Amino acid sequence: MRPSSALLVGVVKLLVGAYARWIGTSPAATQRIYFANHTSHIDTLAIWSSLPRELRRRTRPIAARDYWGKGVRKYIATRGFGAVLIDRARENPDSDPLEPLRKALMAGDSLIIFPEGTRGGTATPARFRSGLYRLATEFPTVELVPVYLDTLHRSLPKGALLPVPVVCTVRFGAPLALGAGEDKDAFLERARAAVIALADGSASA
Amino acid sequence: MIDHLHNIPTEFLWLFGALVVLLGVASMIGAILMRRPADDRTAASRANLVARVNAWWVMVAILAVAFLTGPTMTLILFALASFFALREFITLTPSRPGDRLPLSLAFFMVLPLQFVLIGMGRYGLFSIFIPVWAFLLLPSIAALRSDVEDFLSRSAKQQWGLMVTVYCLSHAPALLMLEIPGQAGRSALLLFYLLLVVQMSDVMQYVFGKLFGRTKIAPVVSPSKTVEGFIGGGLAATAIGGAMWWITPFTPLQSAAISAVIVLMGFLGGLTLSAVKRSLGAKDWGVMIEGHGGMLDRTDSICFAAPVFFHIVRYFYT
Repeated sequence: MRPSSALLVGVVKLLVGAYARWIGTSPAATQRIYFANHTSHIDTLAIWSSLPRELRRRTRPIAARDYWGKGVRKYIATRGFGAVLIDRARENPDSDPLEPLRKALMAGDSLIIFPEGTRGGTATPARFRSGLYRLATEFPTVELVPVYLDTLHRSLPKGALLPVPVVCTVRFGAPLALGAGEDKDAFLERARAAVIALADGSASA
Repeated sequence: MIDHLHNIPTEFLWLFGALVVLLGVASMIGAILMRRPADDRTAASRANLVARVNAWWVMVAILAVAFLTGPTMTLILFALASFFALREFITLTPSRPGDRLPLSLAFFMVLPLQFVLIGMGRYGLFSIFIPVWAFLLLPSIAALRSDVEDFLSRSAKQQWGLMVTVYCLSHAPALLMLEIPGQAGRSALLLFYLLLVVQMSDVMQYVFGKLFGRTKIAPVVSPSKTVEGFIGGGLAATAIGGAMWWITPFTPLQSAAISAVIVLMGFLGGLTLSAVKRSLGAKDWGVMIEGHGGMLDRTDSICFAAPVFFHIVRYFYT
């Protein structure tokens, strides 16, 4: 592991613990898309840090280019946790924001994505966007693993400058598969429900 | 650091040696037990025993490093323990957006300053910093956000967390700043004495409770605490503490009496913090230490015993 990654994981563990709970699956080198609720700047880092070291090398979080794409943040994102940067703003309307994700999946890497797109104020996720569905249809062999982050909205929510150290557990649920002929909205709702189901009553704001 | 090594009392090395031998024996017993056939429940309780012994190894190793490298490392170590304990406390305590700034300040300003004050030997400020300054200013900052929902209960819980996990716990390394006539360079032994008696008391109460425990003291608060465990384990720990008088400024009788106070305070700490934990709706404070729950599950007795022991020694021996 690169020293920059080790330092990053150390800081994340010190601040929020990021203890993994493998509820519906176990850590394995299978190619996966981890999809989670999005409530804080540390979400990406928390999921990534909670993975065993050997999985971390092949697991790449998605990060928004407008936030993570410049200066120190870019250094952390690319050198620290090997992020795949995507354009949220979509300056060029013809470009497909999923393109970098496809590239990473075709290279055999696993991904960490946040289908809500933007950070919510509570732990309960908002409606999922269609990217997850499109990746699921294009890459049917990749496992789709729901992930729930329980306390990070208290740690570093939108607009906060200083973090509050709060212990976070990262819960990994049972993989979902896209049903034969399953409709986009039905699938996205099922995926969202799978994330919420992992909350088991502790999702209070 | 080399200078410091010359100042380590030789008793100290003997004590750590003895602890290593003791743990070695415990590990061997654990290894033998694990090989013997057992039903699920016995196997689980044996695995728990082994996990506890392993956690002890780690604790002793960390303590050895801290003691051997000097007071600064010891302070940093306790500051980290405080940090993790406060983190567990705050995790279980409901908070609202208006609490963010006071909470960040508690973690990143109040906590480090408390330990820096100890390092500088500023008894006057160290002993009032949290009860006066943090007590008055942190809720004031929260009040500025004018969110009155549950205000008293939120601030009270945060203050309580700060008092127990930072203020009380910091009295353990604060023993290092006591200057006892004729005991120059030996204050680390007092810290060792405190930790030994508290931990022995925990272990002995666990053992006596498993062997003879019948009458529960407070079944709702702490189902594992029994009268038999407390009396048997408490007496054993008091005897051990009494027998350790030679590393302290106390006479054997004083040492036994002080150990009894440490045992009692440690017991009350475990009981009270268990009540707090359960009122917050949890069984363990966290999952940090394998086989031991969280940091606060391990340090609850020290949190209550340390300030009392500190003040007994300061009042009667300095």
